[in-house]
Amino acid sequence: MEPLLTVEGLTKRYGRRLACDGIGFSLDPGEVLAVVGESGSGKSTLLSLIAGEVAADAGSVSYRMRDGETRDLDALSVVDRRALMRTDWGFVRQDATQGLRMAVSAGGNVGERLMGVGDRHYGRIRATALDWLARVEIAPDRVDDPPTRFSGGMRQRLQIARNLVTAPRLVLMDEPTSGLDVSVQARLLDMIRGLVAELGLAVIIVTHDLAVARLLSHRVLVMRAGRVIETGLTDQVLDDPQAAYTQLLVSSVLAA
Amino acid sequence: MTLHATMPLLVFDNVAKSFTLHLRGGSVLPVIADATLAVHPGECVVLGGASGAGKSSLLKMAYGNYRCAAGAIRVRDRDRIVDLATAAPREILGLRRTTLSYVSQFLRVIPRVSARAVVEAAGREGGLGPEAARIRAGDLLARLNLPERLWALPPATFSGGEQQRVNIARGLIAERPILLMDEPTASLDAQNRAVVVDLIAEKRAAGTAILGIFHDADVREAVATRIVDVAAFRGATAA
Ligand SMILES: Nc1ncnc2c1ncn2[C@@H]1O[C@H](COP(=O)(O)OP(=O)(O)OP(=O)(O)O)[C@@H](O)[C@H]1O
Ligand SMILES: Nc1ncnc2c1ncn2[C@@H]1O[C@H](COP(=O)(O)OP(=O)(O)OP(=O)(O)O)[C@@H](O)[C@H]1O
Ligand SMILES: [Mg+2]
Ligand SMILES: [Mg+2]
Repeated sequence: MEPLLTVEGLTKRYGRRLACDGIGFSLDPGEVLAVVGESGSGKSTLLSLIAGEVAADAGSVSYRMRDGETRDLDALSVVDRRALMRTDWGFVRQDATQGLRMAVSAGGNVGERLMGVGDRHYGRIRATALDWLARVEIAPDRVDDPPTRFSGGMRQRLQIARNLVTAPRLVLMDEPTSGLDVSVQARLLDMIRGLVAELGLAVIIVTHDLAVARLLSHRVLVMRAGRVIETGLTDQVLDDPQAAYTQLLVSSVLAA
Repeated sequence: MTLHATMPLLVFDNVAKSFTLHLRGGSVLPVIADATLAVHPGECVVLGGASGAGKSSLLKMAYGNYRCAAGAIRVRDRDRIVDLATAAPREILGLRRTTLSYVSQFLRVIPRVSARAVVEAAGREGGLGPEAARIRAGDLLARLNLPERLWALPPATFSGGEQQRVNIARGLIAERPILLMDEPTASLDAQNRAVVVDLIAEKRAAGTAILGIFHDADVREAVATRIVDVAAFRGATAA
């Protein structure tokens, strides 16, 4: 099987600091990859590079488009790349205010992505938005509220609905559950787990929580100081870590 | 055909395992050396040996959960043979869906997912249709005497023995040629231990190759077709 996404030699320098240093991996359709590592190790930078929000100093990202053709994303026009992000990709951010339009209603947040793929039929957009809000357990009577009136957990669920409504094949997630209460986290994780399996999504999820990596991912990539320290099957890396840094990371938590 | 039936499903070929403890100055803990062992269809090979001898480590290697330091672990997957020591993560995950089943000593609970759903999901992942998975999950939980009022609850608050019965049902629901069991009966009472012994006998009769660890002498007596002492896997230099 040809991979959905291939990342090669991705490098990003901020001044003298290497935020990402020659990162490479591939992702199959339906595969979930967790990126773990300490603060400042380059995880968010990696997602930004993949999403094309930050220009890489070196390296490439290629993606198998819906027509079956694999393209180097740097070779796409700005318009085409943006269109790809709005339709076939999703990006769920840690800070919901960056992933949502805070002044727009919940229904509008979901509907906007649908309009981005060319749907202009108001009734259908609203019905689909309502359906997705229900799937992420947001009550129909909240559809006209803006996310400023939502709790942290609800905002994250709304982000998920907004991203998944266009049936993307690849979703990037940056710490989607951090900063939430434990019980709210559990509910969100359960929802993500169910949707990922049901929709066969490929996911790259950045998390500092090894239990989240264990629950959701097939493979993990351990990063430190911009480099990949260790990578492999999730339970193998967590239960039989080889690198000194991974052993430290695993032993620093109670049970993952 | 007959040749096929007598071919082992799982082979350890000169397998070694050691742990490099980087947090303890990089000292190396040798656990297993020169482990060679074959498990055939219908066999239940029981690993024996003292605590710390490396029994669980061998099972975990056979599930691709621990890496091999040396040697090969060959798994027969329908018409091909895969070496777990060198297989890519995707291949190992594929084997877990089709060929390998593992019952650990403790259930790893998933928040908010009910006992019945845990077992059903394992059935669907192992190729059963949703309806068949539902029915078989109920049958297994009933046979393992898990009170029906618990089926709809997440196992997080269950007792050790109740969780373990969910774990066993999850490991046994799908038909997989190779079954790995790490002390599945440790927290069960006599009645439920007997149920597990019966379930293992049924798996054997169906041609499953079983590699297990059973501390309870009665259970071991009842299920083992052969006992292998892991102390023998110490290499020429150790012991
Ligand atoms: N726009 C920027 N300008 C300058 N330095 C940056 C910029 N973005 C990131 N960095 C630096 O690059 C390094 C990697 O940052 P990044 O945000 O990718 O880390 P991270 O692994 O996501 O950390 P955290 O877990 O804290 O979110 C850090 O040293 C950070 O200070
Ligand atoms: N992930 C690991 N990292 C470091 N050392 C480990 C790891 N797993 C096992 N060991 C060590 O390897 C040795 C063998 O452990 P293993 O769990 O395989 O023994 P066992 O024969 O199953 O023992 P028991 O009967 O007590 O369960 C022990 O010394 C153990 O501490
Ligand atoms: Mg970050
Ligand atoms: Mg053990």
